[in-house]
Amino acid sequence: MLERILRILEEDCRTTPKEIATRLGIEEAEVQRLIAEADKQGVIMGYGAIVNWAAVAPERVFAFISVSAQPERDIGFDDIANRIARFPEVHSVYLVSGTHDLTVVVEAEDFREVAAFVAEKLAPLPGVRSTATSFVLKIYKLEGRLMGDGGEGDRRLAVSP
Amino acid sequence: MSRLPSRLRINSYVANMPPSGIRKFFDLVLGMEDVISLGVGEPDFPTPWRMCDAAVDCMQRGYTSYTSNLGMLPLRSAIADYLRAEFGVSYDPETEILVTNGVSEALDLVMRALLEPGDEVLVAEPCYVAYAACVELAGGRAVMIRTRAEDEFKLRADDVEAAITDRTRGILFGYPNNPTGAVMTREDLQPIAEVVARYGLVCISDEIYAHLTYNGTHTCFASLPGMKEHTVLLNGFSKAYAMTGWRLGYACAPAPVIEAMNRIHAYTALCAPILAQFAALEGLRQCRPERDAMIESYDQRRRYVLAALKEMGLDCFEPKGAFYVFPSVRSTGLDSEEFAERLLNSQKVAVVPGNAFGASGAGHVRCCYATSMENLRAAMERLAAFLDSLPRQV
Repeated sequence: MLERILRILEEDCRTTPKEIATRLGIEEAEVQRLIAEADKQGVIMGYGAIVNWAAVAPERVFAFISVSAQPERDIGFDDIANRIARFPEVHSVYLVSGTHDLTVVVEAEDFREVAAFVAEKLAPLPGVRSTATSFVLKIYKLEGRLMGDGGEGDRRLAVSP
Repeated sequence: MSRLPSRLRINSYVANMPPSGIRKFFDLVLGMEDVISLGVGEPDFPTPWRMCDAAVDCMQRGYTSYTSNLGMLPLRSAIADYLRAEFGVSYDPETEILVTNGVSEALDLVMRALLEPGDEVLVAEPCYVAYAACVELAGGRAVMIRTRAEDEFKLRADDVEAAITDRTRGILFGYPNNPTGAVMTREDLQPIAEVVARYGLVCISDEIYAHLTYNGTHTCFASLPGMKEHTVLLNGFSKAYAMTGWRLGYACAPAPVIEAMNRIHAYTALCAPILAQFAALEGLRQCRPERDAMIESYDQRRRYVLAALKEMGLDCFEPKGAFYVFPSVRSTGLDSEEFAERLLNSQKVAVVPGNAFGASGAGHVRCCYATSMENLRAAMERLAAFLDSLPRQV
């Protein structure tokens, strides 16, 4: 049941517990209890809006930085990853398989800020062996939602049999 | 307008066919802006992308030709596997399955393949608007059988039996039902099967909404003991796979019936569109998660709308299938058409008058909940405001 509640909130976090309860055919109190528990346990990490920044601040940039790093005995990449994650311009950090070790998503006011972050903060970190920065040029799908003219809008006839 | 040549005349039966009650309402809605429509009869999801991609791929590789009249064998085999796995019925893909241009074509074919002039077909109503017309265009006579709100619009065996005459050839119904959302369980269908067997009738069972069954599983009429030989099963991809615009359905029946239907189909349609067939095949093979997610979403909206209608004081039985609710509007003192027209004009919410689906739908309206939650919330608010604006009935 929790998973079904989470799916609804993931789709629209403004959905009220009352409506969720009705849609799932359970008691409102039960919905409130499950959500409170998920909040407490960090299953729900927050309730933000999904913002298409390109529409508001076109100069704002996102970059995917592929980082090769030196793992450490017993803790692997945890220390270096946490250290990178604490920088405010870092949006997300993933340990990945493949040709490099960490994928770091950076959000900044403009590309110079990204360049400065890489040159002055990220690359000099002890344990970082190399970085490769890919700037996001255009977003086609974000958080499960298609951007722009990806087929949105109801094109059905208003009345049909 | 210039005069038509004297011998260019419209066939008198066609000329006298009453227009669909839906058509009239469609014309009213057309041209109005900001209408929230609960008047549609199709999914609000686009076709799952995997299926669209399969069709694009098929075009790119040059698969743009005719197919076998019956439909591509891999698709018929996939349909046979699916029917066996989901509903426990076995059909031979070589001889017992015909792929058609939607269930609409299959319905037309079965009537033309089976009926002699004057033969009667019992039709459970309220029902899809094409049922009676298809019977009568084939020269038959549609004998409507009422179903009732107090029976949750289920078909009753005693009503069926009472309508049988020497000319009765068969019975046609669709469950889960458009427009009521009613379903027939195995226990509900059993007495109907007994009547069908006793009189040697054919049962044309339109199961296009089969997957849209909530709180339980759909029973295929052909899966009842002894019923396969009596049944022409109609189904398709429009609802469960959100493929309405592709036009793809199928009929399953004993081989001589499929053979007869295919004779007509070969001359009038040749085959169903190849792109749609490739897309459907992909759907059956790969898109179960997408299908199930759509059904879960309909079910949530069904509960939401039902609760909202009850809160407003509209009398509504719980529909357990399709994507419609069919509340009674009698408590407002308005008939179906007045209710729908006034709701449209004052609050810009479109619903379809129940009598568009047959006389026994009178006093009800069909509301389709296959639209966004955002639309549904707004529509329910407007509907509540409309009800508040009506003078209180004592």
